[in-house]
Amino acid sequence: MTKLALPERILMNIDKPARYIGNEVNIVKKDLSNIDIRIAMCFPDVYEIGMSYLGLQILYDMFNKREDTYCERVFSPWPDLDKIMREEDIKLFTLETQSPIMDMDMLGITIQYEMCYTNILQILELSGMPLYSKDRTKDMPIVIGGGPCTVNPEPIADFFDMFYIGEGETSYDELLELIKTYKSTDMDKEDFLRRASNIPGIYVPSMHMISYNPDGTVQEISTKYDDIPKTIKRQVVTDFSQVSYPLAPVVPYIKATQDRVCLEIMRGCIRGCRFCQAGMIYRPTRQKDVEMLKKYARAMLDNTGYEEISLSSLSSSDYESLDEVLTYLISLKDEDHVNVSLPSLRIDAFSLDVMSKVQDIRKSSLTFAAEAGTQRLRNVINKGITEEDILNGSRQAFIGGWDKVKLYFMLGLPTENEQDLLGIAELAEKISEEYFDAVPKEKRNGRVMINASASYFVPKPFTPFQWAPMILPEEFTKRAYYVKDSFMKQKNKKSLKFTYHDAYISILEGVLARGDRRLSKTIYDVYKKGAIFDAWTEYFDMDKYKDTFAQNNVDIEFYTARERQVTEILPWDHIDAGVSKNFLIKEWERAKNETVTPNCRMNCSGCGSATYGGGVCFEAKN
Amino acid sequence: MKLRIKYEKTGVLRFIGHLDVMRLFQKAIRRAKLDVAYSKGFSPHQIISFAAPMPLGMTSEGEYFDGDFESVTSTEDMINRFNATLPDGVKVHDIVILDEGAKPSMSVVTASDYYIYKNEECENDYLNKLIASIDTFSLEPKIEILKKTKTKEEISDIKPAIYKLEARPEGIYMLLASGSALNLKPELVIEALCKFSGVEYNRYDYMVHRLETYMGEKDNLKSLIEAGKRF
Repeated sequence: MTKLALPERILMNIDKPARYIGNEVNIVKKDLSNIDIRIAMCFPDVYEIGMSYLGLQILYDMFNKREDTYCERVFSPWPDLDKIMREEDIKLFTLETQSPIMDMDMLGITIQYEMCYTNILQILELSGMPLYSKDRTKDMPIVIGGGPCTVNPEPIADFFDMFYIGEGETSYDELLELIKTYKSTDMDKEDFLRRASNIPGIYVPSMHMISYNPDGTVQEISTKYDDIPKTIKRQVVTDFSQVSYPLAPVVPYIKATQDRVCLEIMRGCIRGCRFCQAGMIYRPTRQKDVEMLKKYARAMLDNTGYEEISLSSLSSSDYESLDEVLTYLISLKDEDHVNVSLPSLRIDAFSLDVMSKVQDIRKSSLTFAAEAGTQRLRNVINKGITEEDILNGSRQAFIGGWDKVKLYFMLGLPTENEQDLLGIAELAEKISEEYFDAVPKEKRNGRVMINASASYFVPKPFTPFQWAPMILPEEFTKRAYYVKDSFMKQKNKKSLKFTYHDAYISILEGVLARGDRRLSKTIYDVYKKGAIFDAWTEYFDMDKYKDTFAQNNVDIEFYTARERQVTEILPWDHIDAGVSKNFLIKEWERAKNETVTPNCRMNCSGCGSATYGGGVCFEAKN
Repeated sequence: MKLRIKYEKTGVLRFIGHLDVMRLFQKAIRRAKLDVAYSKGFSPHQIISFAAPMPLGMTSEGEYFDGDFESVTSTEDMINRFNATLPDGVKVHDIVILDEGAKPSMSVVTASDYYIYKNEECENDYLNKLIASIDTFSLEPKIEILKKTKTKEEISDIKPAIYKLEARPEGIYMLLASGSALNLKPELVIEALCKFSGVEYNRYDYMVHRLETYMGEKDNLKSLIEAGKRF
């Protein structure tokens, strides 16, 4: 059995020591003497969050299928252990062999949300390596980032040797071969990075130079050598049914956030909501074969022992064989006590029937992501759900026995006006009226509850709203109060509830999402002042950020509140995420004109993703 | 059919808490395709219950849980199926069908015995001093310690709960009262012994390993596994 990196007295004095001991069911064990490439895959947040992330399990499985490679896992030490490691100079280690990160050839960090940026620096520092890529030498692991935030990795570009843009299943073999050569010959780091830049999807920030205009916008993005590609194209799996999938994922001992089998049924989304980055950067929509999914579900349940399974996709109702998959999963419930956790489905007769079979109606609630309060604004954001859909769906559900509805909205969407704000409370009110109309008095059990919640809209790169201003936090709070007030004026106000999110986390997210390379200094400084786990409200300290932005002469509103011109060079213009800039400009115009764009199955909008040669773009032609 | 399962939990799994051990076995039962019984209702759960919860940091080769099964094969086959799917550090040692009228393991525990040995990470050799003073320590008429609870502190005599205390070549053997009627943690005995020997007490200088869990009267203790028969 492995000797642990942490001694007894430390493990017994920290919260959940099981986060750090490895040894879980289905971990991969290898003889190190046969290994050429050692990889640590990192999710820069606490173990329970990181272990819930499907992408990490996919890459772990994929890397370990290579005989010459051993991929281990590492997560962010919780602040209690972080403190002890700094006091006692204990170096960060992998879970599988409990080896120092510094012994690895590559450290892969998946970057799922902007609020983990300081945790990335924590990982590097606790590993014992310099934070800036330029200060790291050949004997240290190559630090590579991946995940959705890497479509604009500029604010953290200086900390990484390279980024892998896109889906990991395609280009890693080529990179691993290059790493093998680099580590076993006298190739220097500069030469290695230059060669890596020529692998599809690999972005080496040090090979791209950025200059700025006097007004702070980007003047030019140039390459260091002539052979460096000017743009980096996001990598996409085209043959989605043949792609590697972990049939025996690692099963944590402690309860992870996602404590169930996760079955990915589809990648990408046909809908084209204009605020949604995932819906743009995972194009084209690709579906998995339903027969294969059934086999996978059975195998994963057998290999893990989980008693629950959930489906993963951006919009499960758009998966064409959803009926068949769900019917199969419900059969497993009856014969094998498998709980089925449903994703949010479009509410119709079929989904209500499925829900009534797998959920306790009395305890569960229906969810509508309405996003905006009026049809006008829903047209602006291209959210293809109508008031009629919501009211009919609710009515059917109320007749079926449900009496709780959740509604999600965003505040601060482009063109939002007073009528849109009022519309939020009015929609909630209309839903409650459907209840009183559809359910006779003697059948009512307690009170119907409509819970609406609003988040603060953050414009993201590679969406048609990447040029849009974000409203100021004071304005967000004002609008949230206004909505709250209008809820109080409704007839059924006792059945309606409105809550909204904290404004400041979204502001920081807004700065980092559309930030440029100059922000790395602020991230470095705020980390040095002790900021970590910013995604956790109990640790997030906006004042620390505000001070540090001020000290670095960074104007928050330059990044958040400014409307960008479509002619402006954006800090992420050298990344090609698949959707073309022309398409995004066209969509930005259509948004302002309140024009809806049909979904990918109805009509191709020529977004540019057809160049990948797969998925929904070619479905009709098969 | 009610079964009693005896297992060990050793090595790094000493850092897995009681609830997580329950979850571990629930999953192992499913992986091993054992025909466990489920409760009725909307979210059915496996009908299994554990004997004494084990504190974090302790290892054991005498842990138990009871489970209702719809059908069984044989002791040997079920042990093999469990052990083929359990991670390093957890291993099933024995399985019996409980005799008619046997009470749940949780309610019958009266004693446990332990082996205390030196944590290899610690540098001092206090353990030898403790071993050397066991005989005189055992002659004390009373062994008083300060017991702290959330609300109060009180002096308590733990001697009645110490059934055996013996020196072994590399450690200390102790048989202590355990369960709902009278319960004594081995750490408290080590702490008292340290005080008696004039040695500074540090919990992490010592490893605590449970050998067996018992039921019955003090002078007629039986292992929990004796409540049933192999099959």
